[in-house]
Amino acid sequence: MVCPKCGTSNPDVNTFCEKCGAVVSKPVPVAVAHDAAGTHEHGQAHAAHAPHHAPSGFIRKYVFSLDHKVIGIQYFFLALTAVFVGLFLSVLMRIHLVWPDAKIPGWGPIMPEQYLTLVTMHGTIMVFFVLTTAPQSGFGNYFLPIQIGAEDMAFPVLNMLSFWTTFVSFLVMLAAFFVEGGAPLGGWTFYAPLSAIPQAGPGQGLGADMWIISIAIFCVASLMGALNFITTTLDLRCKGMSMWRLPLTVWTWFITAILGLLAFGVLLAGGILLLMDRQLGTSFFVPGGLVVSGVQIKHNGGSPLLWQHLFWFFGHPEVYIAILPGMGVASQLLSTFSRKPIFGYRAMVYAIMAIGFLGFMVWGHHMFMSGMNPYSAFAFSLMTMAIGVPSAIKTFNWLGTLYRGRLRFTTPMLYAIGFVSLFVSGGLSGPFLAQPTLDIYLHDTFFVVAHFHLIMGVAAIFGIFAGTYYWFPKMFGRMMSETLGRIHFWITFVGAYAIFMPMHYIGMAGRPRRYSDIRLFEYLHSTMTVERFISIAAFIVAGAQFVFLVNFFWSLWKGEKAPDNPWDCTTLEWTTSTPPPFDNFAGKTPVVYHGPYEYSVPGAPADFVMQTDPSEVHSEGHGHD
Amino acid sequence: MGLALLVVLSLITLVSSYFFAAKTWWMPAVASTYGPAIDAQFAYTYVAMGVVFIAAQIGLGWFAWRYRDRAQKVDYSHGNLRLEATWTVLTAILFVGLNLMGQKIWAEARFQGAAPGALQVEITGMQFQWYFRYPGPDGKYAKTDPTQADASAGGEAALGLDTTDPAAKDDIVVNTLYLPVNREVDVTLRAQDVIHDFYVPALRFKQDAVPGLMIHMHFTPTQVGDYEVACAELCGLGHYRMRAMLKVVSQQDFDQWMAAKEKDKSAQ
Amino acid sequence: MATLNSTLKSPADVQIGGHGPDNLPPHYWGGGDGDHGGDDEAPRFYERLRRYRMGVAVGLASVVMIFVALTSAYVVRQGLGSWDDRTATYANDWKPLPLPETLLLINTVLLLASSATLEFARRNIHQQGVTAALGHIPGVATDRESSVPWLGISIILGVAFLIGQIAAWNELQHAGYFVSGNPSTSFFYVLTGVHGAHLLGGLLTLFYAALMPLLGKSLDSRRIAVDATGWYWHFMAALWLYVYALLHFVK
Repeated sequence: MVCPKCGTSNPDVNTFCEKCGAVVSKPVPVAVAHDAAGTHEHGQAHAAHAPHHAPSGFIRKYVFSLDHKVIGIQYFFLALTAVFVGLFLSVLMRIHLVWPDAKIPGWGPIMPEQYLTLVTMHGTIMVFFVLTTAPQSGFGNYFLPIQIGAEDMAFPVLNMLSFWTTFVSFLVMLAAFFVEGGAPLGGWTFYAPLSAIPQAGPGQGLGADMWIISIAIFCVASLMGALNFITTTLDLRCKGMSMWRLPLTVWTWFITAILGLLAFGVLLAGGILLLMDRQLGTSFFVPGGLVVSGVQIKHNGGSPLLWQHLFWFFGHPEVYIAILPGMGVASQLLSTFSRKPIFGYRAMVYAIMAIGFLGFMVWGHHMFMSGMNPYSAFAFSLMTMAIGVPSAIKTFNWLGTLYRGRLRFTTPMLYAIGFVSLFVSGGLSGPFLAQPTLDIYLHDTFFVVAHFHLIMGVAAIFGIFAGTYYWFPKMFGRMMSETLGRIHFWITFVGAYAIFMPMHYIGMAGRPRRYSDIRLFEYLHSTMTVERFISIAAFIVAGAQFVFLVNFFWSLWKGEKAPDNPWDCTTLEWTTSTPPPFDNFAGKTPVVYHGPYEYSVPGAPADFVMQTDPSEVHSEGHGHD
Repeated sequence: MGLALLVVLSLITLVSSYFFAAKTWWMPAVASTYGPAIDAQFAYTYVAMGVVFIAAQIGLGWFAWRYRDRAQKVDYSHGNLRLEATWTVLTAILFVGLNLMGQKIWAEARFQGAAPGALQVEITGMQFQWYFRYPGPDGKYAKTDPTQADASAGGEAALGLDTTDPAAKDDIVVNTLYLPVNREVDVTLRAQDVIHDFYVPALRFKQDAVPGLMIHMHFTPTQVGDYEVACAELCGLGHYRMRAMLKVVSQQDFDQWMAAKEKDKSAQ
Repeated sequence: MATLNSTLKSPADVQIGGHGPDNLPPHYWGGGDGDHGGDDEAPRFYERLRRYRMGVAVGLASVVMIFVALTSAYVVRQGLGSWDDRTATYANDWKPLPLPETLLLINTVLLLASSATLEFARRNIHQQGVTAALGHIPGVATDRESSVPWLGISIILGVAFLIGQIAAWNELQHAGYFVSGNPSTSFFYVLTGVHGAHLLGGLLTLFYAALMPLLGKSLDSRRIAVDATGWYWHFMAALWLYVYALLHFVK
C-alpha cells in the first residue's frame, strides 16, 4: 500500500503509514460472530422490561444520561477541568518558591499560609479529582462494559448518580476557596490536630469543614462507582468472555474497584470522626493539654496517630487506585503496538491482584517517623519491599512484550513507553523510602515528593494521556493529530524528568516538604539553583499541556474521520462502530473466542485476531485459549 | 522514533545518574554515631537501584530502537514461565535483602532506650519555635501545666513550667540546643499544639513530636560544630521558619555553659 | 508451533474456552447455552435478581469497612494513654458508659422482629411470582398476596426501631451523657448513628417497595426490590447485634 500523503510504501497490513502516520488502507475486515440462533442476547437489566431504547431529549441524552459512555465522558471532562485547576495551583507554587516576594497580578504576594493552601488544594484536587477519576471512572466507565461485551453497566441509574455526586463534591471543594478564612492548609493528608483545631491556622475553619464534607461526598460517589464496576465485571460478561480472557484494562478496573470498595469506607469513617472533633467537641484525635495560639483547647485524650492510621489505611490503596488503571492501559498499548501478545498474561493478572492485596498491608510506611511502635515499622517495611516484587514483574513483562515485537510508534505507544520509563524511575526510589533506616533521613523531604510525583504525577498521567490518544477515535469518531501528539509527548516526557529528577537531589540535601520559603536555612542555599531549574521546566511543561488541549478540541471538530479499528486492535471495543451505538453493539451481543492479545499469530491472514473471530488458535502451552 | 527514544532515555539516565554519583547536592557531612552506618546503607541501596535503573531505562530504549517496525517477523510468544520465576525470585531476594541489611541500624536506634548516664534533654515543639529544657543537677524535669503556658513570654513561661514544683529550680529552658560532643543524649520529644518534627540532617536524626506523647530517642553527636534544626512535619503557616540551632561543643565548654545558666537562674 | 485454522467453522462447532460467569449453575445463565425453551422472561428475571443481590453484597462490603474502621478506632481509643501534664503520667480517660439497656433491648427485639416479618414478606412475594407464571392455565389458582401485610409491618417495626434509638439518645442526654462528654459516649452516638443512617436508607427503599404497586411497577420488579432490600435489612439487623455486643461487652 502506498501512502497517499508521503508516498512511502507500506506493508499491506498497516492501517497507518510507518513514516508519516497518515491512514493508508481500509481497516482489515473484522470478524464478528453472532450467537447460533441470531437472536438478541439480553444480558442486561434495565429499568423496565422493554428492549433498550435510545434516550431522547437533551437532558436525558447529555445531562442526566444513563449511558455509561456519556457518563464516562462527563467524568473525563470533570477530570480535565480539575487537572488544569491543579496545574494552575502548582505553577503558582513554583513561582513563589523561586520568587518568594513576587506579586501575582491581581492578587499580591503569596503569603506563607496561602502557599500552604496551594499545596493542600493542589494535592487534593489532583489525587481525588484527576487520578481517581479519569483513569477509573472516565475510561473505565466508557470501556469496561464494551470490552466485556455488555450493553451498559449493571446499574445505570446508580452510575448516573455517582457522576453527579462526584460533581457536587468537586463544587464543594472549589467552594472552600471562597468561604471565610479560605481553603485549608493542612496538606492533602490533613493530619490532626492541625486539621482538628480551627484555631491552628488560617483556612482551618470553615474551609477545612468544606474539605471534609467534599471528601465525604466523594467517598460515597466512589463507593457507588466501585459497586457498579465489580457487579458489572462479574455478571455482565458476554458469552465466551471468561475472566482469563479479559483485557488487562478490565482487570485493572476490576481490582481498582475492589480497592476502592474496601478503602473509601475507612476514609469516610475517619472524616466523620474528624468532623465530630471539630464541631461536636469529641476527642478522637485531639489529646489534652493543648495550647494553640494562646487558646486552651478543651479536648482530651485523643490520638493524632489514630487519624494517621485511618487516613493511610485508605491512603495507600488510594495510590494504587491511581496507578493500576494506567498499568492496564500500558499493557494493552504495548501489546497492540508491538503486534505481540502481552508477555505473561497470567503473571500480569496475579501481579495486579498481589499489588491490590498487599496494598492494604503497607500503610504504616507513611508513619515510620510518627511515633508509632518501631517493631511495627519493621513489619510494614517488609510488606512494602514485598509489594515491589509484583511491580517489578510487571515491568519485566512490559519489556518482554517489546522484545522481538514489531513496534509502531504512534502517540499512544510513545506514552505507553514513557509510562514504563517513568514507572521505573518513580518506583526505584521506593526501596529507599521503604527502609525505615533511610526514611529517618528522607521522610518529609523532597525525595518523597520526587517519588510520588514521578509515579502519580507523571506515570499515571501518562496512562491517562495514552488512553486518551488511543481511545479518542473510538469515543469521538475522529483521529487526533499525530504531529501535535508527538510534540506534546516529547516536551512533557523530557520536561517531566527535568522537573522531578532534580527533586531527588534536593531531597538528599535535606530540603523539607511544604516549606513556603527556603531562604532562612543556610544548608539549603545551594539548592536554590535546582529550584529555579525545576520551576523553569515546570513552566515549559505546563505550557506544553495547551498543545494537548488544542489537539483535543481541534480534533473533536476537524480531526480526520476515524475508521472502526484504526489501530488494528483485537479487543471488543474495536469490533463495533465508531463511535459505538447507544447499546454498544447495535443489538448484536458479541461472542468471544480468544484471549485479548492475539497478535502476529502464525498462519493468520492478518497480524491480529479479534477476540470475536471464531477461527481456532492453537498455541503451545495453553489450555485456556 | 525508536532511535530518538533510545538516545533520549540514555541521556536522561546518564545525566540523572551523574548527579547522584557526583553527589553535587547531597547530605551534609555526617556528625553522629549512627550516621556512617546510615550512609553506608544509602550507598548499597544506590548501587543496587542504580544498576537496575540504568539497565531498565537503557534496555527500554534499546528495545524501542532494535524492534522498531522494519516489517520483521514477530516472535509470537505468550511468555516464559522459567524466566518469570527467575526474575521474581531474584527481585524478592534483592528487595528483602536490602531491607534486612538496614534493620540492624533501626533496631539499635529505636528498639532500645538510651544507656543510663546519657544526658537528658527535653525538646518541645510549638507553633513556631523549638524549646529545649535541661533538668539540671537534680536530674528531674519539673511538671508543666498547659493552663499556665504563655508563649508570648518565651522561655519557661512558654512551656507552662510549674514554678511551685521544687524540681523547677534548676530547669533550664533555652532556644538553642547545646550538646557535649561524644556523649549520648536521651531526648524526650513533645509538642504543645500540633505535630512537629525535629530534624537534624547532619546527625541523620528525625522524629515527629506528637501532642499527647512523650517520645524518647537517643543519639550521640561526634563532631563539634553548629547544625541547623528544621521542622519536618507540616505544622501551620510558620512551618518554614521553625528553625533552631544545635551547637555541639566540647564537654568542658558545655559544663561551663550549663554552670553559667544555672548561676543566672538561681540569681533570679 | 502455533497454528491457525482459517476455515471458518460454524460457531456451534468451535471450542469455546468459557461460558461467561464461571461456576454458576446453568439455569442461572440466561439463554447463553441455546436454551430458548419456556418463558423468555424467566431467565432474564433470575439474571436481574442475581445482579441486584450481587450489588447488595458488594455494597455491604463497603459498609463492613466503615464499621471495621469505627471498631478499630473504638478499641484503640479505649486503651489509649495520653500524656497528662498534671500527673506526669499517661492517663486513660475512658469511662465506661452506662447503656440505656432496657431501651436498647426493646429496640433489638423490634429490629429482629422486623427482620422476621420482612423475611415473610420476601418469601411471600416470591411465591406470588413463581405461581403467577401459571396464571394462564385455566383452573389453576395463583397465590394472592398474603392477607397479612408483612411488608407494611416490617416498615412500622423499622420506624419503631429508629424512634427507639432516638429515645435511647434522649435518655442518655437526660442523664447528662452528651456526645462530647467522654469518648465512650462519643462512640455510642457515632456507632448507633451510622448504623441508624444506613437503616434509614433501607427503610426508604422499603417505603418505595410498598408503593411500587401504586406506581404500576411489575411484580418482577417488586420481587427484586423486596428481595434485595430484605437481604440488606437482615444484614443491618446482624450489624446491630454486632454494634450492641461491642458497646455492651467491650467496655
